[in-house]
Amino acid sequence: MSADQALKQASATPVAAEPDRWRVGSALVARRRFMDRLATVLSLCATSVALVALVSILLTLLVRGAAGLSLVTFTHSTASPGLNGGLANAIVGSLIQTVIAIAIGAPLGMLCGIFLANYGRGWVASTTRFVSDMLLSAPSILIGLFIYQIVVAPTGRFSGLAGGLALAILALPIVVRTTEDMLALVPTAMVEAGIALGARKWRVIVFICLRAARTGVITGILLAVARVTGETAPLLFTSLGNQEWSVNPAHPMASLPVTIYQYAGSAYEDWVQLAWTGALLVTLGVLAINIIVRVGFDRKGA
Amino acid sequence: MDVTSGPAGSPTTHNARSDAGARRGLDGDAVFRVLVTGAGVTVLALLGAIILVMLFGGVQAFSTFGPAFLVSNVWNPVSNHYGALAPVFGTLVTSVIGLLIAVPLAFGAAFWLTQLAPARVSAVIGMAVQLLAAVPSIIFGMWGFFVVRPLMAHYVQPNLRHTIGHVPVLGALVQGAPFGTGLMTGGIILAVMVMPFVTAVMRDVFSSIPPVLKESAFGLGATRWEVMRQVILPWSRRAVVGAVVLGMGRAMGETMAVTFVIGNANRIGWSLFAPGNTIASLIALEFPESAAGSLKLSSLMALGAILMALSFLALCASRLMLGVSSRQARR
Repeated sequence: MSADQALKQASATPVAAEPDRWRVGSALVARRRFMDRLATVLSLCATSVALVALVSILLTLLVRGAAGLSLVTFTHSTASPGLNGGLANAIVGSLIQTVIAIAIGAPLGMLCGIFLANYGRGWVASTTRFVSDMLLSAPSILIGLFIYQIVVAPTGRFSGLAGGLALAILALPIVVRTTEDMLALVPTAMVEAGIALGARKWRVIVFICLRAARTGVITGILLAVARVTGETAPLLFTSLGNQEWSVNPAHPMASLPVTIYQYAGSAYEDWVQLAWTGALLVTLGVLAINIIVRVGFDRKGA
Repeated sequence: MDVTSGPAGSPTTHNARSDAGARRGLDGDAVFRVLVTGAGVTVLALLGAIILVMLFGGVQAFSTFGPAFLVSNVWNPVSNHYGALAPVFGTLVTSVIGLLIAVPLAFGAAFWLTQLAPARVSAVIGMAVQLLAAVPSIIFGMWGFFVVRPLMAHYVQPNLRHTIGHVPVLGALVQGAPFGTGLMTGGIILAVMVMPFVTAVMRDVFSSIPPVLKESAFGLGATRWEVMRQVILPWSRRAVVGAVVLGMGRAMGETMAVTFVIGNANRIGWSLFAPGNTIASLIALEFPESAAGSLKLSSLMALGAILMALSFLALCASRLMLGVSSRQARR
């Protein structure tokens, strides 16, 4: 009896111990698995917050903006409330100021990028690189204040040119950064081949390095265009905005973002509608450039 | 004859060649060098000029009010008395709220995009997140004003006041009329704007970890969350902090999005739902109403100088942290 029990116990103990140990493990496994699941779910939620925000913004723009989209939007200038105005002057003004900005910012930025990639050594280069980063993250409204003080205040008038200059300062660091990064990716063998053929340094840089990095540099310029087109703050005190049709860069010039800013808070239905339509146009333009750059150029460039 | 002509001939040709070379060098290399160095120096000078213009513009305000400008919370155009404390307070509070919301979200999104999502899905979703970063700030402003503000006014603040309005400390944070504008709304908009930006930096950092570290952790049986928590995060801690500080710089300088929803009131108070102001939004709103050469304009320029200093500090700090970690990565 007792021996039987002892035998039973002896045989039962390992059997009982096995599931017991297994159960301790299962609690730990379950907790770890739970934590993993929890982290997965939470991170998925975090990602979807960004997606929900994006979708919400795009839907709001489409729903409110598309209603006002018509031929008049592109053929008529902004007008007093009730006069069926369009956005033609703002669209053209935005284009002109963007062109001015890129025409100044892109060459200067490319040259500076070349300087940093091929010539820059010592403290001058590292300081320039830091300063370029600083400009990249400088509050854009301060750029507007700066141009106001050195261009608008001395000349005594707001102008499209001043707006373009302010945007150029914003475009500049983007081009500098991408040019430098892309030039750094050019294989050394290619540079050496150029030098071995007897080409001078500047020819090697311009005709071999820059050529090889072409796609990347164009990407940078396009990104700068996208950034600059949507900027409002630097234009508030520089090109000011203009109700009338104006393509003279020496005069105040309308632009889409500033028009949106001025009309969105107004009390007139049709002005608010114009603001939404303008917002839709700006966003579609900016996002289109971004998509083209990221889908079209990414594979070829890198 | 032959002997003399030889040496005489070759130096001349050599001279001619080197002359031509020097001339070509002047045309090409030297000019090019001057050109690109000039561009570099121009960029350098540009920032110097911006800082100087801000400081000189603000001289009048600094000399009129002295150091009190920095600690005074008065902003009164009628009595012509200005102080920087209220907008600085608003700038810091909205940025901190924005980051408190954005950083966990960005961390989660970066975790999901780099560790959990299938590559193809990650590419598409990652691009959508990047597109959110590309949306112009004025669009965020309109969206905030017409979509987020009513939500805040009709649901969030009344409910919060109802539930925690009578709790001693927390209650003070939710007081005030439900306008829907204010520091909290500004912070939320900033969070949505900064989040994709911080996500992008974190994503780069997380995906730059040497695979062998991850693989060895997985080999020991770690779950993906444990790998994240105990391998990737400690490895990239500094860079993550750098990303956060970079986001802080972004948030502080943001103008248009905040201007729409901040409420434009220069006050310092406990309530997060009361209207406030940030440096950037104050400049955007008040600048058109200030005459050239006035004390008000000078005060705005002085605020600009303060904002410049704040964003400079943020950039320095983030560079220090991101730089250190990338050096670690190379090693």
